[in-house]
Amino acid sequence: MTALHEMTLSGLKAGLDAGEFTSVEIVSALLGRIESLDPQLNAFITVLGEAALADAARADEARARGDAGPLCGLPIVHKDIFCMRDVRTTCGSRMLENFVSPYDATVVERLAGAGAVVLGKTNMDEFAMGSSNETSWFGPVKNPWDPACSPGGSSGGSAAAVAARLAPAATATDTGGSIRQPAALTGTVGIKPTYGRVSRYGMIAFASSLDQAGVITRTAEDSARLLGVMAGFDERDSTSIDHPVPDYVGELDVALDGLRIGIVRQHFDAGLDASCAQAVRDALAELEKRGAVLTEVDLPNLDYCVPTYYVVAPAECSSNLSRFDGVRFGYRAKDPEDLLDLYCRSRGEGFGAEVKRRIMTGTYVLSAGYYDAYYLQAQKVRQLISEDFRRAFADVDLIAGPTTPTPAFRLGDKTDDPITMYLNDIYTIGANLAGLPALSAPCGMVDGLPVGLHLVGPHWSEGRLLAATHQYQQDTAWHEAAPEAFR
Amino acid sequence: MKGQWEVVIGLEIHTQLATVSKIFSGAATAYGAAPNTQACLVDLGYPGTLPVLNREVVRMAAMFGLAVNATIAPRSVFARKNYFYPDLPKGYQISQYELPIVAGGELFIAGDDGAQKRIGITRAHLEEDAGKSIHEGFDRQSGIDLNRAGTPLLEIVSEPDLRSAREAVAYMRKIHSIVRYLGISDGNMQEGSFRCDANVSVRPRGQEKLGTRAELKNLNSFRFVERAINFEIERQIDVLEDGGEVVQETRLYDADRDETRSMRSKEEANDYRYFPDPDLLPVEIDAAWVEELRSALPELPDAKRERFVAQYELKPDDAEILTASRALADYYEAAVSAGSGAPQAVGNWVIGDLTGALNRDGLDIAESKVAAEQLAGLVDRIADNTISGKIAKEVFDAMWAGEGSADEIIAARGLKQITDTSAIEAIVDKVIAANPGQVAEYQAGKDKLIGFFVGQVMKETQGKANPGVVNQMLKAKLAG
Repeated sequence: MTALHEMTLSGLKAGLDAGEFTSVEIVSALLGRIESLDPQLNAFITVLGEAALADAARADEARARGDAGPLCGLPIVHKDIFCMRDVRTTCGSRMLENFVSPYDATVVERLAGAGAVVLGKTNMDEFAMGSSNETSWFGPVKNPWDPACSPGGSSGGSAAAVAARLAPAATATDTGGSIRQPAALTGTVGIKPTYGRVSRYGMIAFASSLDQAGVITRTAEDSARLLGVMAGFDERDSTSIDHPVPDYVGELDVALDGLRIGIVRQHFDAGLDASCAQAVRDALAELEKRGAVLTEVDLPNLDYCVPTYYVVAPAECSSNLSRFDGVRFGYRAKDPEDLLDLYCRSRGEGFGAEVKRRIMTGTYVLSAGYYDAYYLQAQKVRQLISEDFRRAFADVDLIAGPTTPTPAFRLGDKTDDPITMYLNDIYTIGANLAGLPALSAPCGMVDGLPVGLHLVGPHWSEGRLLAATHQYQQDTAWHEAAPEAFR
Repeated sequence: MKGQWEVVIGLEIHTQLATVSKIFSGAATAYGAAPNTQACLVDLGYPGTLPVLNREVVRMAAMFGLAVNATIAPRSVFARKNYFYPDLPKGYQISQYELPIVAGGELFIAGDDGAQKRIGITRAHLEEDAGKSIHEGFDRQSGIDLNRAGTPLLEIVSEPDLRSAREAVAYMRKIHSIVRYLGISDGNMQEGSFRCDANVSVRPRGQEKLGTRAELKNLNSFRFVERAINFEIERQIDVLEDGGEVVQETRLYDADRDETRSMRSKEEANDYRYFPDPDLLPVEIDAAWVEELRSALPELPDAKRERFVAQYELKPDDAEILTASRALADYYEAAVSAGSGAPQAVGNWVIGDLTGALNRDGLDIAESKVAAEQLAGLVDRIADNTISGKIAKEVFDAMWAGEGSADEIIAARGLKQITDTSAIEAIVDKVIAANPGQVAEYQAGKDKLIGFFVGQVMKETQGKANPGVVNQMLKAKLAG
């Protein structure tokens, strides 16, 4: 029999349904792996040992009673950005190092309601601000494919945990590529749904108009399974949208015949590593073999994605993070002299350098005299970028390209150069600015490191993205590759 | 010298909307609860929480807009006003900035020259209130009570059309009356449900350009508004007449010292970095719904006052007083319709004795111990000469004390007026016989003594004789 940690969520579900093993056995096995292997990775901030075992036992009882929800007894991990009742929720920051949430995020609540068992909370860039997991107060996460490399960020812990077979599935969030870029760099599948598809309630905000929750798994099928539970309207989030949730798993078998896939010429410009480009072209050829039709599309404002993002996201974050003031929760500086000192030192000591950089940038672009030139201008460009996608999707069903310009980079390589770091998200940011669903799936290896294929669809096309990936995964085995040390 | 200065005032009135729950959370808004017992995670700004608009505030704001003949924006936007303060949990206040829900209204007040005067309303926007900082009793620290955080406010901004403290107060009273008529605010000023900031400046009469203004913060009574503005006008004129310049600043009114003092200058003012709140969708308002609201608008103070003058032939000043609140007007109309028709007399009683008793006992009209029907019964007994106006006051006091209807009290206390002329005649004769000296004086031309004789007769009858009859009879007999 395949070892439990090698199995996908769907495989585990089938085994549980067939009575081949119990949830307690799965959870014990994975907790054992986490204990022995995570020290090499630092993918977890909090491991929920006893609580997970107790949940697994309850899930087994529920299953015995014939009361099994769709994810009953299946192990998952949560990015530490999701508030989980009575569990420490740090957001990767010293500011929330000892913050125990008094409530559950909607995502946490829905997955628990479906029977999922949470093994722990994963490491992340501080407040999801970063593309390498190096901004975490809890230290960087290492890439299971090469511990000298970054797993990407901000959902680096979730991606590394899934890639290293410490958990079959993880929740994650994506503001500019934080699900897809780490998925690409770790050889996993990561989907960021349409803005409004999954509730943001209880997900600690970075940039509210861009943040969206999603998942990282090894297969499209597993992503479909989780997303079906997480998605749907939530009255506690005014930006969640009351749009029917399709049966993502049921729609995976839709054939690719006639699927029109758009290729963006600029994606293959000088910035893209040649080997990565080849891997992506090979993947496109595979899709073509399955019946997809490739055509070229133009996204004329693509170059403005990164600068636009780095005005909008910091602006929103500068305001979203004002609540961390040392007054009601989170880090408070010792012995403040007065109110100003309390504010300055609590925030100065509680936040890391990247978070401060973005708060300052955001404060600047919203300031009197600069608002029109930066924030307002960025909003206009954002409209143009959305318009580019809208026009492109008049001719094609999906847009495909590389997820990142290069495979995983070495830890420390880009920490002194924020602009280079920011450019790592050049292909992913557009989907956030336009609110579109997008997915990264493994499509090759370059020098022993995974390469990601990026798919973007029109609003509400998650099912199409997952089905195309599922079809691709029927003919290819990139998603089955596991890093040597974590097989 | 003062006469050459023109005063220019604009008001920003903050009125708390009378919703059951807060503007962006389900927590209760009731006043007076123990600190921090009415603040949920959303109000506390907990990480991950999100605001959800209470639709009731939209209805209330739209009602106000319609009542002041304003435009209800088909699309309005919530914006964040960013600043740090311990009683502001999120580090920003959710308000409206560029696109408020109500724009371009007006209302009419009696101007200083006595004529009707139009006051423009620039805008009214929705926002959340902050909590309260408590600086006493925490040993050099401050306490924070977040019960009020997230309470819905409608901020109503006037044009700088007001020219005196008196006009400012008249405008504020009119707004107060309108929001209470609409039932969208309890208008309770002690509890802070209705408060205002005043922008005050002066300029040489005839000058177009506005003078530099000072903003007076947080004035929570009509009296304070008047006193603070008057103090500020004097202060600014003194500065200018001494050759100085008024500084643009925020000033706080100190009621104990009856003065305003500087809080912060323009340079120290926050840059609030307003931007649209990405957690909330724009508020879209359907024109058909606005029309539905319009048709459901209650009769408003001005219309009611005019109707009272026309329908009940009331003196305009009395109609103004009786329509100041909807409850008072309703009471008045109930009393008029319960009785046999003496609208001015009913009005006099409501404005006079009833209001006096309410004020004395600190009661609201809704808590009146004399019901409208009871008051109507009393006025009817005066009109049909069962009792005199003087006896009526005694009956009113008895009704107030809970002794029953006017008829019951008149019967129980034997207060029925003596209208039997033969009985009165006997007493008149007795009084004339007992006071020969006064009779002689009266007949010698000292007319004023008639009062003395009436008094004697009333004393004999314990006030129950009809004073008109007594007067007539005495005059006839003494002239005899």
